[in-house]
Amino acid sequence: MPSTNIDTLRFSTAGSVDDGKSTLIGRLLYETQGILADQLLSLEEATARHGHVSATDKIDFALLTDGLIAEREQGITIDVAYRYFTTPTRRFIIADTPGHEQYTRNMVTGASTADLTIVLLDVKRGVTMQSYRHAVIASLLGISHLVVAVNKMDLVDYREAAFTALQDHFATFISKLHFTEVSFVPISALKGDMLTTRGKHMPWYNKPTLLEILETTTAHQQQRLDALPLRLAIQRVTKAKFGVNSDLRGYQGTVAAGQLAVGQSLTVAPQQHEGRVSAIYVLKAGSTVVEEIQQAHQGEPVTVVLDRQLDISRGDMLVDTKNSKPYTGQAFSANMCWFDPSILDVQKRYWLKLNCKMVRAIVERVDFKFNVITLAEEQTNTVAMNDIVRVTIMALQPLVFDIYADNHETGAFILIDDTTNRTVAGGMIVSSRQAEP
Amino acid sequence: MNHLDALEAEAITIMREVVAECRSPALLFSGGKDSICLLRLAEKAFRPDAFPFPLVHIDTGHNFPEVITFRDEIVAALNEQLIVGSVAKSIATGRVVLHDVAESRNPHQSITLLDTIAEHGFDALFGGARRDEEKSRAKERIFSHRDVWGQWDPKNQRPELWNIYNARLKLKEHLRIFPISNWTELDVWQYIAREKLDVPTLYFAHAREVIERNGLLVPLTAVTPALAGESVLTKTVRFRTVGDMTCTCPVLSNAATLAEIISETAAATLTERGATRMDDQTAEASMELRKKEGYF
Ligand SMILES: Nc1nc2c(ncn2[C@@H]2O[C@H](COP(=O)(O)OP(=O)(O)O)[C@@H](O)[C@H]2O)c(=O)[nH]1
Repeated sequence: MPSTNIDTLRFSTAGSVDDGKSTLIGRLLYETQGILADQLLSLEEATARHGHVSATDKIDFALLTDGLIAEREQGITIDVAYRYFTTPTRRFIIADTPGHEQYTRNMVTGASTADLTIVLLDVKRGVTMQSYRHAVIASLLGISHLVVAVNKMDLVDYREAAFTALQDHFATFISKLHFTEVSFVPISALKGDMLTTRGKHMPWYNKPTLLEILETTTAHQQQRLDALPLRLAIQRVTKAKFGVNSDLRGYQGTVAAGQLAVGQSLTVAPQQHEGRVSAIYVLKAGSTVVEEIQQAHQGEPVTVVLDRQLDISRGDMLVDTKNSKPYTGQAFSANMCWFDPSILDVQKRYWLKLNCKMVRAIVERVDFKFNVITLAEEQTNTVAMNDIVRVTIMALQPLVFDIYADNHETGAFILIDDTTNRTVAGGMIVSSRQAEP
Repeated sequence: MNHLDALEAEAITIMREVVAECRSPALLFSGGKDSICLLRLAEKAFRPDAFPFPLVHIDTGHNFPEVITFRDEIVAALNEQLIVGSVAKSIATGRVVLHDVAESRNPHQSITLLDTIAEHGFDALFGGARRDEEKSRAKERIFSHRDVWGQWDPKNQRPELWNIYNARLKLKEHLRIFPISNWTELDVWQYIAREKLDVPTLYFAHAREVIERNGLLVPLTAVTPALAGESVLTKTVRFRTVGDMTCTCPVLSNAATLAEIISETAAATLTERGATRMDDQTAEASMELRKKEGYF
């Protein structure tokens, strides 16, 4: 029977148009059995209709990832697609993001939940503007492991020199970014070399195949969040009766970082109330009544009851009294990616959502725009779709937050336009502008 | 955290977020395995409270009787409220017009669904769709926006980052919420086994009269009779999905226990929809077309 005791790696993929990203994912799914027979059949049919492969190849793997009608008609990928495959050691979720410049926002979206990013290069075309952009976005989003897959090695007779030249060139740029781990791997997505099997053509390469890299990398983010101080944002307050003292409220939320234990002293931010955990409730596997547990770990959704009545509502944060506290304040600096066709309106009131709290906020100032190719900080007056900028944000009520680099869960936010209700930006907090922790 | 715990945690967090932010949610319950998981996740998220939303079933009138019985039993056991939207009623009142009586009612569910949403003023509907099911689903958000006409605009979706969800709506718009977007068919069965959940007997191998048609095994029912020249065979089969009788087919299988279903699913060589759905075989993108008009 297949094991349930394996972990999950989420990764995103990015590449310029025609670097072979769709072919890569199609083949990865095919070779790990993520493509089933009927999909293969409809793929063969679709290949006959819209495919771009030579007559000898029955399947254009790229068509597998084009889900929407408009995508097949226009031969481009529009939106992030999520795909799944499992190997005996791990379960994988791919956020497959389109490479067109105008879809940078999808790259950011896909990378926001990823542990690792694969950037694809075409060995003949070399490094493109998009390659730089992808690497920079992955770095800004705090992805720890970057994999650079150098594709189409078959077109250069699998020569080591072609691979090394590109590696040397790109590695210099990447060294200026903030990855803890960078891997380069030569592949042919079309022929299948160095994806799930080594193939015969590149004996000179003795490091892991692409799949081996994916199977062995640590899901960094998860491990780190476990070791951080407790953060539990309250999603919902319930009046349900728990245990003996039925006056006490249950606070529901998911442990974003650290551990929660019965008896622990907690501080409620931003009010700075203090209390102790008197009970933690969950509904265990196979059971029909909620039960008390002694400890909850990072990632677990729980209901917490404290030892006294406090005024706590949605968006307040439970933190460990003795451990380092989050920031409480109304102003912060952030790196922000603008997603919307409308232009950022400085001084307009947007909705800002962070840690289960929705408040009014204004973008007080645009400090600079990142040139995502040279990494230069450029002055700008307008912020348009796909721009990545450093801004100063002022919320109209106090917020509780961490610096994104310290804690991805509690340092990220979105902005919503209150007339269209569209999500217009995603941001990562860089520093607090006034308050102390 | 192992992967089932992580999937469960994600879904519970999503459900609580919806209840906190939306005015009037409801949970679409079909009696099938995916929505059975949703019910279990709702228990995990909200017990000992009653569910802060009713359950909604869109009944085509052509459901397998076993599934309707199962639905009523589980609703009674959970002691929750069930609202049934009836396609038969939509036909009787002229809201749904069939081109011919033998036509499948499955695509017409959208109208009954949207009418039910409007009648009760729901602004968020939990659904059990998974991204591994079908191509257009793979691109759908977890919080998926529907305009005042119930339409989905796949080219114009809200970016969805981290685990921060945008639930803001204008009057008469609504959201479809897919808490188990990231689950696969195998995850669903592993979760059902772990949580010891009951499922309709149709999911387990049983002897059934079927007709072989276009590579599928069509179950012999009052609404799917044998056509001239077709012969009725008795086979040992089970269902992988339990939808409308007119478009849901069983597969050959001897899997009579959850453990056997899990092994079979892990080794499956056909997708769930490909093996079992007549409606999705007609056009390369029929699901997308139905979804744009308000389908589940
Ligand atoms: N020779 C060769 N061609 C490839 C390789 N990978 C992809 N291609 C071709 O490059 C073209 C673009 O590939 P596609 O996967 O659609 O690129 P995408 O736009 O990045 O998704 C197609 O014609 C592919 O067949 C490879 O490894 N070698």
